[in-house]
Amino acid sequence: MSDAVGVILSKKRSFERTPDRRSADFHEELFALEAAGELIVQRVTGDYVNVSTKYGLPKKIQKGHLWHHKSCGQCGHIPGYSTSIFWIMRKLGYDYSDPRDQTSCTAWNYYASATSNQAAQAAVALRNFAAANETGYFPLIHCGTSYGHYKEVRSELLHSADLRAQVRKVLGKLGKEMVIPEEIVHYSEWLYAMKDEIASARILDLSGVAVTVHPACHYYKLVEGDAIYDPDVYHGQRTAAVSGLVQALGADLRSYSTFFDCCGFGFRHILVQRDFTRSFATLRKIEVMKAEADPDVVLTHDTGCVTALDKSQFATQAHDRNVGVPVMSEAQFAAISMGAHPFKVAQLHWHSTNYRPLLEKMGIDWEAAWADFQKDLKKLEANEQQYLTWADVGV
Amino acid sequence: MATVTTHPYFKVESVAGHTDVPHAEKERLIGQVFADPRMPSYLYGCYECGICVAACPSARFYDFSPRRIAQAAARHDVELLFQQLEEDVWECSQCFSCLRCPRGNNPGGIITIMREVAVTNGLRSAKVALEGYSRIIYKIMSTGTQVSPDMLQPDAFPDWGPEVKDVSENLSLWRRALPPETHHTTSTGWDVAESTILELYVIWMETGALDMIKEVDSGIHMILEEIMEERLEEEGIEL
Repeated sequence: MSDAVGVILSKKRSFERTPDRRSADFHEELFALEAAGELIVQRVTGDYVNVSTKYGLPKKIQKGHLWHHKSCGQCGHIPGYSTSIFWIMRKLGYDYSDPRDQTSCTAWNYYASATSNQAAQAAVALRNFAAANETGYFPLIHCGTSYGHYKEVRSELLHSADLRAQVRKVLGKLGKEMVIPEEIVHYSEWLYAMKDEIASARILDLSGVAVTVHPACHYYKLVEGDAIYDPDVYHGQRTAAVSGLVQALGADLRSYSTFFDCCGFGFRHILVQRDFTRSFATLRKIEVMKAEADPDVVLTHDTGCVTALDKSQFATQAHDRNVGVPVMSEAQFAAISMGAHPFKVAQLHWHSTNYRPLLEKMGIDWEAAWADFQKDLKKLEANEQQYLTWADVGV
Repeated sequence: MATVTTHPYFKVESVAGHTDVPHAEKERLIGQVFADPRMPSYLYGCYECGICVAACPSARFYDFSPRRIAQAAARHDVELLFQQLEEDVWECSQCFSCLRCPRGNNPGGIITIMREVAVTNGLRSAKVALEGYSRIIYKIMSTGTQVSPDMLQPDAFPDWGPEVKDVSENLSLWRRALPPETHHTTSTGWDVAESTILELYVIWMETGALDMIKEVDSGIHMILEEIMEERLEEEGIEL
């Protein structure tokens, strides 16, 4: 190894923040605008965990009393994703609100089709924030794109009086105040902050389960300074969201070289140009993971990433490519490890890749679990009960 | 060595599929891009280092480069920017991996703005890119959630495997088997309150977002406008 390569590698093994790229602390502008009477800041209340973001600024993660800003993609076609987030919160004894007074952030459509504009996107975000503030619950964002987009919106609002005026006018028509929360928090940050409590509640041995993590672009590339980094997770060189939880759960976290690459989702492409999504997701992500890390499962923390990485493998298998690994959110994985039912809670039957070998490795009799789920479906079919309830899944 | 006289980034006529327009029209369109208030914080100049290209998923599979976009914008090359508006911008994945730029450029953000201009002006590229996408626009604008469970039809997603058929066939029952009380829906991602949807309509109409789609899909625009105006009128909400 040359000296130059040695120097680079030694830097990667140490945790050094780079002050020249440090982003400003948005809180200063946020509180200044509040003091000027321009907006209301919804404060973090009750118990919270202090975590560290990319350049060392602290971020408060409120533990309970949270307003769940749901994801249209998760609720729509990966419903075990949101169900698992709720389930973990209930299992750990934290209260929450699952509001009907919430729209999607609409950013999937915006990044796909551009059939919206800056003011509309900001107004949608602030309508949701105002709705959360009215309930007294603090917002927790389920989708990585919503989270990244809202961080962008916050930055644009803090720096543009014109945009604030435009949005204030629209909110005025709705009878709503201009509210920005003290922190914009992604659910995977909550899971990271709560990782020790989650690990304490784990009942399955995961030490033999090999995991690769796909960090979601919109989580840590948009407003990069406001994402969680931890010296104990990849030496602080990658975001600690997801990976930090995987380590705490005692699973076998494995690295691969294309971790920075996107999943190939593309927003527009996943719906109307899937040959691109499929090619990128499998050739640049799944095959590289398989070749370099041979994971039992791929975990990620965004709607689009689960979709692209999971759904792209079926057609690719027909070409005898080296694919075939289950994909899910870390919320589903953590919930299952805490005893959640793989079908009633994690709802794995909505996924395309074969998750059964993983469940076997986790010590779960998936055939018995499926039979158990079928019994519940029969009750629903016979109208013995209208819906599966939280009581039915033990929380 | 011979001097290169042709523009290295221009696609030749046999490749480029758009119709040329007078330079003044290109100036008008690109003027709209640069007039966007976000533009000054998206562009600081370009080293041509190519880090954005190395990080870009679309650059691996398309004749597309975020560096070329940033370069053209930095040079204010109206001719090239117009061609990119018509040929390139819809290839971008909007992942924002290009934010790795050491100069702090945001090629993905520039593309977002260029796409908005393409949509607002009903350019060919926007119409082609959004062909088959109208249903999504209708869904998000009218219901407040984008991908509804009932969109998962096997004929639309045959490449996603047989599970799509399972979901489709069992949809109502499987949605009832979801513990969260808001999830028992099939035509929306979750149960969105009616008053919330009306507030969303006000946002689309007041910010001009609804009118943006007029040029690119007049049919969907007309339907959405009718729905929104009717519902708002029923509720006595005046704009």
